[in-house]
Amino acid sequence: MSIGHTLLGLLESGPRHGYDLKRAFDEKFGHDRPLHYGQVYSTMSRLLKNGLVEVDGIEAGGGPERKRYAITDAGITDVERWLATPEKPEEYLQSTLYTKVVLALLTHRDAADILDTQRSEHLRSMRILTDRKRKGDLADQLICDHALFHLEADLRWLELTAARLDKLRAAVTR
Amino acid sequence: MTPPPGSLLAAENLRKTFGPTVALDGAHFSIHPGEVVAVMGPSGSGKSTLLHCLAGIVPPDSGSITYDGRELSGLSDTARSALRRSDFGFVFQFGQLVPELTCVENVALPLRLNGSPRKEAERAALTWMERLEVDDLKGKRPGEVSGGQGQRVAVARALVTGPRVVFADEPTGALDSLNGERVMELLTDAARSTNAAVVLVTHEARVAAYSDREIVVRDGRSRDMERAI
Repeated sequence: MSIGHTLLGLLESGPRHGYDLKRAFDEKFGHDRPLHYGQVYSTMSRLLKNGLVEVDGIEAGGGPERKRYAITDAGITDVERWLATPEKPEEYLQSTLYTKVVLALLTHRDAADILDTQRSEHLRSMRILTDRKRKGDLADQLICDHALFHLEADLRWLELTAARLDKLRAAVTR
Repeated sequence: MTPPPGSLLAAENLRKTFGPTVALDGAHFSIHPGEVVAVMGPSGSGKSTLLHCLAGIVPPDSGSITYDGRELSGLSDTARSALRRSDFGFVFQFGQLVPELTCVENVALPLRLNGSPRKEAERAALTWMERLEVDDLKGKRPGEVSGGQGQRVAVARALVTGPRVVFADEPTGALDSLNGERVMELLTDAARSTNAAVVLVTHEARVAAYSDREIVVRDGRSRDMERAI
């Protein structure tokens, strides 16, 4: 995820302090990975340097100065461009799982065993996500669904590979 | 062989052939009260045959099945049928509701077959329909409700007798993701609240994710992943 673009997008609704930005990010997108303050301030410095945000005001308090940031027109254009650009689908062609299965076959180990164990591990993750989904709000449900569909895709690959192990063995040990 | 301690239903070394086809070739299984166990595996691997053997619908050629300390093969056909009606509940891929009966009559049917008076049976049926969020369909016939609604009615019917084991064979196979998810939530919540065990046959990982653990059936042989690790 592009943290810079996400923070810029959050600024579109109005100027905010770095702390407010972090809180808004964590609440909406940071489910498993809340932002560190350092990440927020280093990102804002970069956006400032690139002219995508400007300092809207500075408050002096008991602690350090608090800068309030506002998005610039260039920043709005940058967010628009980012949103309109499709993400590159990840194809995972260099799959670790594929490598493990082939190596197992080449070394005469039990490849079906590797697939079964992996399936079990995937299901363990899927159970945790399913449970979290049941207890969570709509945002949790959508985030967990995304992860669940990806794990499910892996599992379908595991099933198919298990069904093709004999052919694969013949092909790789030829 | 003795079943694992505390298990409600257990099978050891089951073998079943249909003509030249070997459906089960030394399958094992066990489930505890209140546990949801997914039976997974590719099409034709023997998982539905395993379910049918466990439920006493199809007798295995060899091996043993123990339910609540009793050997199933030691029971007569009549006793096995009675056990299925009193202790087991069933949900299949297609609800298999009786089209001529209303939804509440369908849910009440197992109780009626066990001899409950109509009013009492329908009152209990309605309680389960409320839990499954389909009580508003009580007067409708299965042909008048959606697939997801029909499957919830089927789940209510499976649970109405207070079974100790629910057998669910691809219960969401004919449903879209959202409806399938809701059926699984309601089925597993209801089963857990009554401490019923659920034997869940599925080839879908997202459905299996509602289970506590899974066994994998391949070429008629089973593998209990929890115990294998």
